Amino acid sequence: MIELVFADRCTACGDCVATCPTNVFDFGVDGRPVVARQADCQTCFMCELYCRADALFVAPDCTGPTPVDAERVRAAGLLGQFRRDSGWDEWSVTHANEHWRMDDVFRMARTATPPPST
Amino acid sequence: MPDTRAQDTAELHTGVLVIGGGMAGAWGAIAAARAGASVILVDKGYCGTSGVTATAGPGHWWVPPDPPEARPAAIAARNLGAAGLGDPHWMAAVIDLTWRVLPTLASHYDFPRNEAGAVQYRGLRGPEYLRALRRLAIELGVRVLDHWPALELLRDGDGLISGARGVQRQQGDRPWRIRAGAVLLATGGTAFRSHLLGAHNNTGDGYLMGAEAGATLSGMEFTAAYTVAPARSTMTRTMSYAYASYSDAAGRALDIPAGPDNSRALARALLQGPVFARFDRMPEQVRRWLPAISPNVMLPFDRWGIDPWRDRFEVTLHNDGTIRGTGGLRVTDQDCGVGVPGLYAAGDAATRELVAGAISGGGAQNSAWALSSAHWAARAAADFAARRGAVDPHLKALGRAGMRPAKSARAVDARQAIAAVQARMHPYDRNIFRTGTGLRSSAEALESVWAALRDHAHGGTDPVRTREAAAMAATARWSVASALHRSESRGMHQRDDLPAADPRQARRLESGGLDAVWVRADTRAPRSPASSSPPRPEAATPP
Repeated sequence: MIELVFADRCTACGDCVATCPTNVFDFGVDGRPVVARQADCQTCFMCELYCRADALFVAPDCTGPTPVDAERVRAAGLLGQFRRDSGWDEWSVTHANEHWRMDDVFRMARTATPPPST
Repeated sequence: MPDTRAQDTAELHTGVLVIGGGMAGAWGAIAAARAGASVILVDKGYCGTSGVTATAGPGHWWVPPDPPEARPAAIAARNLGAAGLGDPHWMAAVIDLTWRVLPTLASHYDFPRNEAGAVQYRGLRGPEYLRALRRLAIELGVRVLDHWPALELLRDGDGLISGARGVQRQQGDRPWRIRAGAVLLATGGTAFRSHLLGAHNNTGDGYLMGAEAGATLSGMEFTAAYTVAPARSTMTRTMSYAYASYSDAAGRALDIPAGPDNSRALARALLQGPVFARFDRMPEQVRRWLPAISPNVMLPFDRWGIDPWRDRFEVTLHNDGTIRGTGGLRVTDQDCGVGVPGLYAAGDAATRELVAGAISGGGAQNSAWALSSAHWAARAAADFAARRGAVDPHLKALGRAGMRPAKSARAVDARQAIAAVQARMHPYDRNIFRTGTGLRSSAEALESVWAALRDHAHGGTDPVRTREAAAMAATARWSVASALHRSESRGMHQRDDLPAADPRQARRLESGGLDAVWVRADTRAPRSPASSSPPRPEAATPP
């Protein structure tokens, strides 16, 4: 579930409020998002993908809120992981979409053949 | 009460109204706009992140026309798996349309090339796919309205479906009413809020709205697909489990095949106690590819500090309901109409038995179906709206259970109703390993959930959630009744008390009814877009 909005990173662009499919955010008085309906979060991580400021953190537990240490999340380099690995925005140069390899992966699993050399 | 703020209602009109902004809805909006219609698309959430495609990596049923024997072979293989409930003519039409239309997204989706330089169309990343569909739809003039859930359909005096009503979630549930020449239901299926990734908004709304308009359903017994995920997570991405080994709490190896298609064995083990997995068979190369293939798979592991190749992690199974199941609104013709003038269905809102049969169409058939059915439905809807002309503003609102109580209005706890539905639809020993006794007990329990919603619920302060509860309860009733009616085992529908397939039951089951649920053998095959010719590739010309 969505746990943290990092105020120092947030640019108040409002994209998370617009794109969250289950409408968990409201705008706070400072124009930044607040988690207003955490129980409606479906733990899909989409808000992180759409947050260019990497200011959001979703904890993986979908069954309820989890205590999360904001500074540990920051230090562990977990902010922006999904957006980076997806090659969105500035990451498009270094992180290509290789989803098409899925077919190879399933084929390798079925036949237990070594992977093709890349 | 629904009508107290009617004076504040936002009033719009359009040629085609698309309800739902997932893969089918977005393709439908694009196809209707390309056909020349004015189009409004409303989504409960945000078109781009809503629905189960946006969070996944859909592969399409992708069979090139060369060599010429490839398509007949693919169709024959699938028809065998469909256990007598598929339709090769529809399969041929779906393969052909998918092949021709998916590449038209290249202006907005960067189809990658493999090492040999061949463009890769078959499998797409969900977030990028939906983002591309949204951008293309808007470029074609579609008006996309996010956080505008639809609550009910509208009908004119001649019996034509003429729009919908709903609320604006980000405007304090201010009502909206959209008059339309035709309506396309692309509301998805429902997993009964099982924590299947991306499925929270998929509550079967279109099934209920369609049934209230007079449509029927098909294949609702096929709701027993389940998908593995790390326990307490939503991450139902299965590719890595092709390299999994399983063990019990004591660390003893469990004899469970690597998967996919191992959910029954997993469920059996989970009924005995906790089950743990480890991707220890995954080659180093695949480990390195993983984030570039599916960037969300590692998120739970990294955040929990789990090394899934070394550490054993607990797993669970999430119900797929009608999402990787195959039931939905019964399609009555080659236009993906549902037997109600002005109303069409696409994607998981419609039955996928025609292309998937009695087994899951997840991973290939369902995506190709979403794309294809959306095109057939949208073109027919655009044509219907154009021929029809102006829509009468005096319309009858069709919503009943969960918004207009049949008896005295009083507070009904929607969360409790949803939990009662889940208690019947999620447990492995009720929905995977089915028995007549268990199904009868579920039918009885669901009857009282439904009765409270139908007789007393009025939406109150949470009109969306109350309708969602009614839609899930209605869907569960059709599912359980269909499962009881099918007194045999076929495909994903497995009756422990009737473990054999009965050749006389190799036909689809139609279901319906709101006050009283009914089920009957379906003897009428809907004419397919290619039914005038045998299912050869060159004959598969959509309308």
